[in-house]
Amino acid sequence: MSASGAPPSASPRGGVKYGRLLKPAVFILCLLPLVWLAWRGFTDDLGANPIEAVIRFLGDWALRFLLIALAVTPVRIMTRRNEVARLRRMLGLFAFAYVVLHMLAYIGLDQVFDFHAIWRDVVKRIYITVGMSAFAMLTPLAVTSTDRMVRRLGGRNWRRLHRLAYLAGVAAVIHYILMVKAGYVQPGIYALILGLLLGVRVINAWRQNLSTTFASAIAAPK
Amino acid sequence: MLIRIVKASAVRSSEITPKALYLDRRRFITGAGAIAGSLATGTRMAHAALAPPPGVNTRLSPITEGYRKLGDKDELSSYKAVTGYNNFYEFGTDKSDPAENAHTLTTKPWTVKVDGLCAKPGTLDLDDFLKSYPLEERIYRHRCVEGWSMVFPWVGFSLGDVVKRFEPLGSAKYVQFETLLRPSEMPGQRSSLILPWPYVEGLRLDEAMNPLATLAVGLYGEVLPNQNGAPIRLVLPWKYGFKSIKSIVRVTFTETQPKNTWQVYAPSEYGFYSNVNPTVDHPRWSQATERRIGEFLRRKTLMFNGYAEEVGQLYTGMDLVQNF
Repeated sequence: MSASGAPPSASPRGGVKYGRLLKPAVFILCLLPLVWLAWRGFTDDLGANPIEAVIRFLGDWALRFLLIALAVTPVRIMTRRNEVARLRRMLGLFAFAYVVLHMLAYIGLDQVFDFHAIWRDVVKRIYITVGMSAFAMLTPLAVTSTDRMVRRLGGRNWRRLHRLAYLAGVAAVIHYILMVKAGYVQPGIYALILGLLLGVRVINAWRQNLSTTFASAIAAPK
Repeated sequence: MLIRIVKASAVRSSEITPKALYLDRRRFITGAGAIAGSLATGTRMAHAALAPPPGVNTRLSPITEGYRKLGDKDELSSYKAVTGYNNFYEFGTDKSDPAENAHTLTTKPWTVKVDGLCAKPGTLDLDDFLKSYPLEERIYRHRCVEGWSMVFPWVGFSLGDVVKRFEPLGSAKYVQFETLLRPSEMPGQRSSLILPWPYVEGLRLDEAMNPLATLAVGLYGEVLPNQNGAPIRLVLPWKYGFKSIKSIVRVTFTETQPKNTWQVYAPSEYGFYSNVNPTVDHPRWSQATERRIGEFLRRKTLMFNGYAEEVGQLYTGMDLVQNF
């Protein structure tokens, strides 16, 4: 479970105990949507079109987790609480898990493993093309999420590869927008959040850039 | 005739249908004549009994048996499904929104304004107006442009009979319909981001005169539930569902083709005709198959939703790809 081999955080407020509980608590929280879905299934609360309801539910949560995982770094930057970074991998993997479930529901429940029809959809239906490409982008990120893979790739390459997550986020929001018939308020909200999350990074990078140039300008001999 | 080869591994509808519904449906289908007829023609007449009223709304009577030709695999959709899962954006964009929000709609008194190119325009009080039309139960398939379908037992009468009464002039080529605009009772109308309100639909006059075209005031033997378009709506079973405009307050006879709301909203995706057509896809999704609500496997969509025999002649010689 330890992400970087760092010692358990001993923050002045929460202490070691808080640091140890954070991950398991978030893990359980991340499973709650699935529990809720199962409950709705058992109590026949999925409406007249349960297949569509399951696909939409999993898709909604896949997108939400993707945005939550993408929120880790902005939250760290803005709150200066570095311990949240330890959640990033887990949240990213949950996002991937929900994406996989969402896709499996489409393949297995909606299309009943008719791969011929699925391939036609992927090629012809732009929203499915875009959705599948988001999955394709997230797969290498999940595969390279282990400590070993980070070491094998080297931090620099690993970070470069994992910037794909931004593109996957954009693809996921576009996938949603393209699917909607009318009433773009909901997907618009997701687009806005994604824009903010990416915006924080851009501004932060720009500020760092500025301060390093500034620092080197000061340090430079006259 | 549609020959459907069911794989042994396929889930049978009896395995996924609640028992109460299943038994109800048995009652509905039986009748040796109907079965013999279906073997011969691939369609069958639904059993003589009218759809059982669920006791939710005021019962309508008398009702006689109207059109009820169904395919081999067609069964009435459950009351819960037909009243709990539909689109009526005036009450929200989720398919459960109409059932949740439409109770706020006041349907009495209700007037319908008739204007445009006709000899007898005017404003009608719906209750008075309805007295002159005997009610029929008409059982139709309903295919949504989104790719799902159901079977509805509507109660109503022919649109054509009503059109004739207003005596459209020779110059009238089309008839346009308008839904109530009342944001205080229709929360979806408070946002112009959803659709341009009020909702407008239209038909060619000869389409409106087709015997299948129905003005519905009831469902399952009872007064039409608000979420299904009370107090009066169109039902056009050979067209995608959005053509069947709900809660009508205005009928206008025109010389030029009306601009229907969805066509205005997305002209490349929704046309004026919007006939069910498995060979013409929506730009973003296929129309070749559909999910019948309550079934697991998708089924093939039929040309004109299976009503080619009744309405095909309206479109002879027309390019249905151009006129989608």
